[in-house]
Amino acid sequence: MNILLLVPILAPLVAAALAAVLGWRRLTALVTVLAALSVLVTGAILGSRVGSGPRFGIGNLLRADALSVTMLVVIGTVGTLATWASIGYIEAELAHRHTDRKGANLYGVLVPIFLAAMALAVLANNIGVMWVAIEATTVATAFLVGHRRTRAALEATWKYVVICSVGIALAFLGTVLLYFASLHAGASSGNALNVDVLLALANRLDPAVTRLAAGLLLLGYGAKAGLVPFHTWLADAHSQAPAPVSALMSGVLLSVAFYALLRVKSVVDLAVGTGFLRTGLLIVGLLTLLIAASLLVVQTDFKRMLAYSSMENMGLVAVAAAAGTKLAIAALLLHVLAHGIAKTLVFLGAGQLQATHDSTQISDVAGVLARSPMIGVTFAVGLVILLGLPPFAMFASELSISRALADAGLGWVLGAALLFVVIAFAALVRNGSRMLLGTPEPGSPAIVVPRSVAAALVASVVLSLALGLTAGPLLGLFQTAATLLGGTQ
Amino acid sequence: MTQATYSGVLNLAAGAFLLAAVLIVWRRELRSIVVLLAWQGLALGVIPLTEGIYQDDAPLITVGLVVLLLRAVALPLLLARAIGTEAHERRESTPLVNTTTSLLITASLTVLAYAVTRPIIALDPSPATRAVPAAFAVILIAVFVMVSRRRALSQAVGFMMLDNGIAATAFLITAGVPVIVELGASLDVLFAVLVLGLLTGHMRRTFGGTDLDQLRELRG
Repeated sequence: MNILLLVPILAPLVAAALAAVLGWRRLTALVTVLAALSVLVTGAILGSRVGSGPRFGIGNLLRADALSVTMLVVIGTVGTLATWASIGYIEAELAHRHTDRKGANLYGVLVPIFLAAMALAVLANNIGVMWVAIEATTVATAFLVGHRRTRAALEATWKYVVICSVGIALAFLGTVLLYFASLHAGASSGNALNVDVLLALANRLDPAVTRLAAGLLLLGYGAKAGLVPFHTWLADAHSQAPAPVSALMSGVLLSVAFYALLRVKSVVDLAVGTGFLRTGLLIVGLLTLLIAASLLVVQTDFKRMLAYSSMENMGLVAVAAAAGTKLAIAALLLHVLAHGIAKTLVFLGAGQLQATHDSTQISDVAGVLARSPMIGVTFAVGLVILLGLPPFAMFASELSISRALADAGLGWVLGAALLFVVIAFAALVRNGSRMLLGTPEPGSPAIVVPRSVAAALVASVVLSLALGLTAGPLLGLFQTAATLLGGTQ
Repeated sequence: MTQATYSGVLNLAAGAFLLAAVLIVWRRELRSIVVLLAWQGLALGVIPLTEGIYQDDAPLITVGLVVLLLRAVALPLLLARAIGTEAHERRESTPLVNTTTSLLITASLTVLAYAVTRPIIALDPSPATRAVPAAFAVILIAVFVMVSRRRALSQAVGFMMLDNGIAATAFLITAGVPVIVELGASLDVLFAVLVLGLLTGHMRRTFGGTDLDQLRELRG
C-alpha cells in the first residue's frame, strides 16, 4: 500500500525523463497526460480508504490523509486537463513559430516536473520537505512563465522568481523556528518537523517562538498563494505563461501553497490558540480581496483579468480558513476544486483568443460567441462558474463560506467580503459580455481550436456540471479533511 | 576547544557576517559586492564548523565544509560570471536611497532584529542563540537591499544575502535542520541562483542591460 504514495510523485518524473530523452512528441505528451491521470486515480483510490486515518510511506517521509488526498484530486484533475490541452497548444505554437523545437522540449520536461513537485508538496509528512517541494515549483515554472522569451515574458519571469523566492525564503525561516520550538518541546532531531510529531507536541511548543514562526510562514506561503503583501508577481506571471501552464498555476499551484498554510495552521492553532492566525488570515484575505476587486474594475487585459480573479478567490479562501469551522474548511476545499476546473476552462479559451488575435486586450476581442461556439460557450461557462452562479459548485461553496462566516460571528468580515465579491462580479460580467457578445469587427480572424484543446474544454464543462450537481463521495472526503484541521462545529 | 574559545569564535563569525552585510549596503561597485558576499559565505561556514568541532559532531563539520564551498566559492563565482565584462554593468545605478540614509536604516534594522529575536534567546539562552540577532539583522538588511537596488544583479546579491541570513539562523539555533531538508534547501537555492543568472543573460540580450527600471511593460 505504501508504494501507492509514490505513484503521484514518480509517474510524472518518469514522464519528464522520457520527454528529456525523446524530446517533444505526441508520445511523450500522452505519457505526461497519463502521469497526470495517475495522480488523479491514486487520489481516488487513497480517498476511498482514507477513513481509517492517515497512511504513511517510505518510513514516515510521506503522509496521505483526507486533506492531501483532496489536493491530489485537484492536482490530478486540472493536471490531466491541462496536459491534454498542451498537445494542441504546443503544436499550434510551433506552427505559428511562437516557440521553437528547443522551447517545446523544455516545456515537455518542465510541466511533469512541476506536477511531481506539487504532488510531493501535498504528500510530504515533513514540513521541511514540503517547503523544498514548493520552492521546487518556482524553479520548475520559471522558464515556463518566460516560455515566449518576449520582453514582457522576461519581465514577468524576473518578478516571479525574485518575489516568490524571497517569500518562500521567509517561509523557510518560519520552518526553522518551528523546528527549534519542536526540539525544545522534546522531539528528536530526525522527526521534529513531521506533521504527526508536531501535532502531538503542539501544546508544548513555546508560544512566543511559534507565533514568530507562524507570522513568517503566513507571509511566505502567502506569497506563493498570491496573498498580500507579496502578490505583485501574480498577474504578470499568470498572464505571460502559456495557457495550460496558466491554468495549472492559477488553478492548482495557488491552492497547493495555501495547503501548506492549512497544514501549518493546524499545528499553530493547537500551540497558540486559533486567534493568532485567524487575525492574520483575515487581514491578508480581506486586503487581497480589496486589491483584486479594485484591479479587476480597471483591467483592460483579459489574461490579467483572469489572474486577478484567481487572487480574489484566494482572498476568499483565506477568509474561509480564518473562520476555520468544519463547514468553512469543507466549503473551502470544494471551492478550490471548482475554481481549478473553471480556471482551466477560461485560461485555455483565453490562450486560443490570444493566439488568434495576437493580443490580450479586451478591446481587441469581440463577438466570440458568434465566431466560435466552442470557445464562446466554454469561456462563458467558465465565467459563470467564477461568478458563483448555480448550477455550478462555486455557488454552493460561496454560500457555505458565507454561512460559516456568519456562524463564526464574523458578520463584518462577511459584509466586506461580499462587497468585494460583488465588485469583482460586476467587472467580470462587464468585460466578459464585451468579449463574448459585442459585434465583431468585419474581417476578424477565424478562431481555430486544436482538437486536444477542444476535448479538454468539453471535459472541463462536463466535470463542472457533474461537480455542481453532486459532490458525491468527495463531500465525505472534504468533511474528513475539515475535521482533521480542527474544524469542530 | 574550550567554552571560551568556542563562544569567542562564534561571536567573531557572527560579527563578521553582519559587517559584510553592512559593507554591501555601503559599496556600489558590483565586483567588490561579490567579494564581500564571498567573505560573508566564509563567516557563515565558520559557524557550523565551530559548532561541529566543539561538539565533536562529524556530520556537522561536513555540512560546514559543504556550506563553505557553496556560499564562499561556488555562488560568488556564478555571480561574478553573470556580471560580465561590460563597463556599465559593473556599477549599481544611482541608488533610490542615498548611502547615508541606507546606513542609518541598516542600523535601525539591526536594533529591530534584537527586539524580534528576544523569544528565541529566552527559550534557549546559549552562546549560539545570543548571536541570532546578527543573523536576523542580515535577513532584514537583505530585504532592504532587494527593495532599494535597481540592478538585477544587486537583487540577486540581496537574495543570496537573505539566504545566508536564514542559513546562519538555522545553524545558530538548532545546529542545522535535518540533512534531507538542508540538502533540498541548498539545491533549491543553487537552482534559483542559476535561474537568476540565466535570466540576467536573457535580459541583457533583450533589453541591452539589467537596470530594472527598464522593466515597465507590465502594469496594473
